[in-house]
Amino acid sequence: MSAVHVSTKINGDDVEFVCRPDESLLDVLRDRLGMTGSKEGCGTGDCGACSVELDGRLVCSCLVMGAEVGGHAIATIEGMAQGDKLHPLQQKFLEGAALQCGICTPGFLIAARSLLERNMDPTETEVRYWLAGNLCRCTGYDKIVRAVMDTAKDMRKAAAKSSAKKPAAKKAAAKKSPAKKTAKKGARHAA
Amino acid sequence: MPLDANTPDLRTEFKSVGTRPNRPDGVDKVTGRARFGADFSAPGQLVGLVLRSPHAHAKIKSIDTSAAEALPGVKAVITYKDIPEQAGCDKDVLVNIMARGTALYDGHAVAAVAATDAAVARKALKLIKVEYKVLKHVTDVDEAMKPGAPVIHPGRFEPVEFESLETASHVKGKEEKKTKTRAGSNIAGRYVFGHGDVDKGFKQADIIVEHEFKTEATHQGYIEPHACVASVSTDGMAELWVCTQGPFMVRDVCASLLGMDVSRLRVTPSEIGGGFGGKTTVFIEPVALALSRKAGKPVKVVMSRSEVFRCTGPTSSSSMWVRIGAKKDGTFVAADAVLKYQGGAFPGSPVEMGAMCAFACYDLRNVRIVGYDVVTNRPKQAAYRAPGAPMSAFAVEGVIGEIAEKLGMDAIDIRLKNAAKEGTVSSYGPTFGPVGLVETLEAAKAHKNYKVKLGKNQGRGVASGFWFNFAGNTCVSINLNVDGTLALALGTVDIGGSRASMCLIAAEELGISYDDVRAIIADTSSLGYNDISEGSRVTFSSGLATIKAVRDLKVRMCGRAAKIWGIPEDAVKWENGAAHPAGANAGGFDPLSIKEIAAQASATGGPLAGHYEVNAEGAGPSFATHVCDVEVDPETGAMKVLRYLVVQDAGKAIHPSYVEGQYQGGAVQGIGWVLNEEYFYGKDGTLQNAGFLDYRIPVCSDVPMIDTVIVEVPNPGHPYGVRGVGETSIVPPLACVANAVSSAIGVRARTLPMSPPKVLAALEGVNASKA
Repeated sequence: MSAVHVSTKINGDDVEFVCRPDESLLDVLRDRLGMTGSKEGCGTGDCGACSVELDGRLVCSCLVMGAEVGGHAIATIEGMAQGDKLHPLQQKFLEGAALQCGICTPGFLIAARSLLERNMDPTETEVRYWLAGNLCRCTGYDKIVRAVMDTAKDMRKAAAKSSAKKPAAKKAAAKKSPAKKTAKKGARHAA
Repeated sequence: MPLDANTPDLRTEFKSVGTRPNRPDGVDKVTGRARFGADFSAPGQLVGLVLRSPHAHAKIKSIDTSAAEALPGVKAVITYKDIPEQAGCDKDVLVNIMARGTALYDGHAVAAVAATDAAVARKALKLIKVEYKVLKHVTDVDEAMKPGAPVIHPGRFEPVEFESLETASHVKGKEEKKTKTRAGSNIAGRYVFGHGDVDKGFKQADIIVEHEFKTEATHQGYIEPHACVASVSTDGMAELWVCTQGPFMVRDVCASLLGMDVSRLRVTPSEIGGGFGGKTTVFIEPVALALSRKAGKPVKVVMSRSEVFRCTGPTSSSSMWVRIGAKKDGTFVAADAVLKYQGGAFPGSPVEMGAMCAFACYDLRNVRIVGYDVVTNRPKQAAYRAPGAPMSAFAVEGVIGEIAEKLGMDAIDIRLKNAAKEGTVSSYGPTFGPVGLVETLEAAKAHKNYKVKLGKNQGRGVASGFWFNFAGNTCVSINLNVDGTLALALGTVDIGGSRASMCLIAAEELGISYDDVRAIIADTSSLGYNDISEGSRVTFSSGLATIKAVRDLKVRMCGRAAKIWGIPEDAVKWENGAAHPAGANAGGFDPLSIKEIAAQASATGGPLAGHYEVNAEGAGPSFATHVCDVEVDPETGAMKVLRYLVVQDAGKAIHPSYVEGQYQGGAVQGIGWVLNEEYFYGKDGTLQNAGFLDYRIPVCSDVPMIDTVIVEVPNPGHPYGVRGVGETSIVPPLACVANAVSSAIGVRARTLPMSPPKVLAALEGVNASKA
């Protein structure tokens, strides 16, 4: 098998790599690019620890081939914080003790961000079904669900504040609300 | 157990302890920066893979590695011959890491390769020719005990006659048919606990309930597969980076298996992606070291998920019989149990602990428990959170639930009537000191969840649970930095936030800010020996050692202040983060803060540090009571957990968020055990569901919020009153959910998991008998 040369964008940066055709995106991220934030818990798409966004879609990077990401945009856990500022979800996970061992945490954060990008006002059931593709064995999920709900609440407050300042922004927020309906079981796989 | 003359009996006022600061390793873990087992790489490392037996039981007639060795890119191929038996090593562990003549279970390691990359290593595995002669196998515990069962270790265990073991009439009755012939020699051990006269006790009973129960093997299910990088130099010096609960154990066991001096092996623990007991032994670590030794290069070995399921420890499956007798008022008069646990291909199932825990919640005059440790063609079981206890509690608490139902008593009241308390002689021997079972029962009864009205097909279950908690060898160092901040070196791997707890304890003891203490987990060459992070021992033992190390440092710092002031050392006391002149000198000098003392350390005698080493004792047991509401769909047998409450005694919660986390996590693991999780073996003895798709652990949408109440009955064995909290939480859920299902639909599941088809079949049975 000859290696494949791939040009792609990861967390906004242009990245080039070579990989064998049988390597997954997760293999490439971890073993070729040294981005070990995405974790391999199963290699079969069952645990979600390797969750990344591919052109804005939530995917298990162990189920994507490295050779097929050419020309696409990938977002990984390494790009979630902006400089020294944690994403609100990261901050809330930290404050709410929503991690114990922490191995599933990157996957949960990527998946939760993907939910909140689509639905800033999820119900507990919506959060639970959206995150049903991410396994956590330590927490019993309680504090994870609370952290996601609390972040959503804060983000809504912040959005309301800024829309009070700028009336135009309110319309944009209202337009987004139908996305809430997509946050049901299986939506992440169908998306 | 007072620590020393200066130790206050029990601290009850706290400033730092009991608060909920962010954990020191938190930012690294939410940003992907934290390095877990598979995240470490050494320059020039090879990829190691293990060839595993496809048979449950087979003679290995020959292994031909020549084709694999000839493949370009292959740097080493090893079999058991490359790991010759060393005097004094643990033979079972040696055989488990690499089969020697016989493959004992599906997935048993047979050979291993190290190659320049994964593709070459995979190809090399295929080129290794192993000739097997398949043998008869057995995977079920009851089958393994029958006469004529395939014997896993011929000649090792004496054949046992049941009749000679049991004299009690009921046991005799139960086993009579089997006693005609020998019961086989897969019985690796037998344990008996109890006191009083059980037969006499049952004669006083107004009601006797007895049943048989079975539970399937479940896996710890940590999300991080085992991983390590081994590097052995040509001079025999070695390093190992590994995810483990016990780096010192890994060092000592690997050194003994490979015939190395312990000093030549340095083990650095990575962040650990869950363990739950499953990372308290070695699997790939000695194999990686042997590969590296042969190849002369670093070797990285990472297990696949399927390997984790097939070859690392699940817990035991069990077959149990429990009988309890009670008076009409609910007082238990006698209790009896026979527990049979299979621990896979080697002795060591947790049946002894299961037997000790079975009736530990209750004050019983007449009690007996007999436990059998049985070997089968399954992977060597490993510890799983309160090893052995959830199964026996499932049986005992199920029987108690049925007695309460039959007597028309409240499920909490009957437990309160019989609850173990201070002064109770436990069913396994010791007399309890102050314990909190009654307090958990009372708090559960008072909780709002216990008052919610239930609807159709809904039911409520209650169960209590016990775990001993361990203490053990522990060693801590605390170093004062030049700016007055502190570096705390711990030897107990942080599984769920213990660094935060230790920083809180150090800050409390010094009277300084939590942010001024930074805790690290040391490697095995930097600190004295520490026992494994297991047995709910870390917060108790490392906490105790941290307190004592800090007190050691405080004495030294007071000494420096005395030197600066020119007064006797014993005329200085430590208060609120500073040295104060005391006694006759009180008020004579301005206090010296920790930062001021640190700044002058060099001028006053050199660096300042505190140490403490101990084989700790005094871990107080922890009791819990769980309450659960379920709704069962009578059409499908599917069940939904509506509410779940965990009430548990923590002694003193150092970081309450992580105590709650232990309660919630244990409960949900237990819920998985009841509802879905099980090892499926095919007729050929191979594991059929070695993946997370078919071995289904609870997902987020399977469970509700897990409500918690932290009860604090201080443990007199710890200066802050701490009890371990990590394990008790998995003990009650199996029975708790089963009792709830019984109350919902009148079906008592006595075989786990109670998956929808089983519930439905049982429901149809009940309906048929009604019709």
